[in-house]
Amino acid sequence: MIRLEEIWRTYQMGDHELHALRDVHEEIEDGEHVAIMGPSGSGKTTLLNLLGCLDSPTRGKYSLAGRDVARLADDELAEIRLRRIGFIFQSFHLVPRLTAIQNIELPLIFAGKNPIERKELAEAALIAVGLSDRSDHKPSELSGGEKQRVAIARATIMQPGLVLADEPTGNLDTRSGAQVLDLLGDLHREGRTLIVVTHDPNVARRADRVLIMRDGEIVRRMSSAEVVKLGSLFDAGEVSR
Amino acid sequence: MNFADLFRFAWQALIQNRRRSGLSLIGVVVGVVAVVSLTAIGEGALHYVTDQFVSLGTSIVIVSPGRNETTGGIPLGIGGVPNDLTLQDTIAIERRIQSIRTAVPISLSTDSIEHAERSRLVSIIGVSSEFMRLQRLDLAMGRFLPESDRDRGSAVVVLGRTVAREIFGGENPLGAAVRVGGWRMRVIGVLAERGRKLGIQIDESIYVPTATAMRMANTRSVSQIMLELFPKVDLVLAIDEIKALLIERHDEEDFTCISQDAVMASLSSILRMLTLAVAGIAAVSLAVAGIGIMNVMLVSVSERTAEVGLLKAVGANRRQILALFLVEAALLSSVGGLLGLAVGTALVALGNQLYPSVVLVTPLWAIGSVLLITLGTGVVFGVLPARRAAALDPVLALRGR
Repeated sequence: MIRLEEIWRTYQMGDHELHALRDVHEEIEDGEHVAIMGPSGSGKTTLLNLLGCLDSPTRGKYSLAGRDVARLADDELAEIRLRRIGFIFQSFHLVPRLTAIQNIELPLIFAGKNPIERKELAEAALIAVGLSDRSDHKPSELSGGEKQRVAIARATIMQPGLVLADEPTGNLDTRSGAQVLDLLGDLHREGRTLIVVTHDPNVARRADRVLIMRDGEIVRRMSSAEVVKLGSLFDAGEVSR
Repeated sequence: MNFADLFRFAWQALIQNRRRSGLSLIGVVVGVVAVVSLTAIGEGALHYVTDQFVSLGTSIVIVSPGRNETTGGIPLGIGGVPNDLTLQDTIAIERRIQSIRTAVPISLSTDSIEHAERSRLVSIIGVSSEFMRLQRLDLAMGRFLPESDRDRGSAVVVLGRTVAREIFGGENPLGAAVRVGGWRMRVIGVLAERGRKLGIQIDESIYVPTATAMRMANTRSVSQIMLELFPKVDLVLAIDEIKALLIERHDEEDFTCISQDAVMASLSSILRMLTLAVAGIAAVSLAVAGIGIMNVMLVSVSERTAEVGLLKAVGANRRQILALFLVEAALLSSVGGLLGLAVGTALVALGNQLYPSVVLVTPLWAIGSVLLITLGTGVVFGVLPARRAAALDPVLALRGR
């Protein structure tokens, strides 16, 4: 269960303040699939980073699984990211010199797992994303879709309860994008909380709920029923990109 | 995160930037090679000098004319100083000072030696028969100068090996007549090959009785007096006695006594200081190499900002990021250290092949400290870049900033 109360994230830009998030309140149930939409600069990614404990709010209260994480020290946040959160990025963020399986192993290394256990888990994760034959390939030898599937395997290798994806299909063609979305759907079906930032209504449509953001605020919340109509909303210009 | 993982991660990062890692490695390698080879030269010189003195016999005092406060001068080969030492001084020292076993008057000059059509310039060393024992010389053939010929001066000569070869070629020189300067002399012996010994080219000199040499050089004085002390005699006391006697005879202290012990001690300490100083300078180059490593690591951190952001996003804490980059810097410097050690050792071995007379050995303390210094350099200069990486804000880092 995620609960955000009066969350502000303010950046000091010279002598004036920039509010990337203003007074955000939100609750997300465990196992929910939520999409966050909104124009560029509306605060979607800031919110996602905050949910992912990569960033801390300037003001407000963020409780994650009953624990107030807004004021935690760096290393405690790192521990939460390691054990509870999986990140998936638009640009994949694979370490270029490491093979697919080595990239997947990274969180296990930081968690202090031994090499044998690491190998078993990473191989299983590769099979789960359908890339068992790409184990020793470097990222440069993988297609975009394959890279994102490796990234998904890495994000879930520690079995986190919360998976955060920032434009996961933004750099992919439709076909590999659909594959990635299917994998994300599987994660959700396994009971994980899934939060996806996206511009793409076809991505948002898969969510239970959609949060629309503008100027650092959540300006609209749509239920799953409304989500289905999202495409037409875009067509009508009601939700600006 | 265990050390094997750190090591592998750091190694892969270094391999990824082979050229850059290699270039910064060169700095370390050069520094280490400099320390290894320079200390080897210093140590080799020290051994060489020590060996020379040991082969000379240690309980020897050399009296030279002229007042000289400093020690460490060349004990042989000084001449032409006023207020000369004489044969009578030599005899007086030998007779009146109990602790003196032998006194060898030495007269040094230069002239030509001729035989048949051949001639060359040689050092003429006027000595007495004991010289051969004191200098631990060996004969190739014949015999050395006759005993008790100190003040008579017969016209006989012993040749150094090179002189014998050049003047006589394959001919047997024993009993042959040669002309030294204007003097006709008979060859009675040839020394075994010896090489250079503290300023005297043993092989390229000829040896005649002191009185003969003095007559040839038309002088009444000797260049030096070499004194052999009885074993287990107090050196300082003996030198005091020698000084007192000579002052009594000369009315002033116009001579210098140098014991070989003192010369050796001061030469050794000078050489040790030189070795240390040179090694120190070489070690400074290691510090410079350390700055090179820091530079490379800073570039590496800023190039891999996004990677650091990712590592943080997947759960690496500050300490782990710090360790990753520190190990990378330490690995870079230690690889450089080991490579430098290998190259330096190879150079030293090559030097020993080319110049077998001086044995170069890198002292263990130099190897130990150079490896410690390189490792330390990597860690010390790796701290700043590693801290920078660890302190990166993950959100900004993921965006590559």
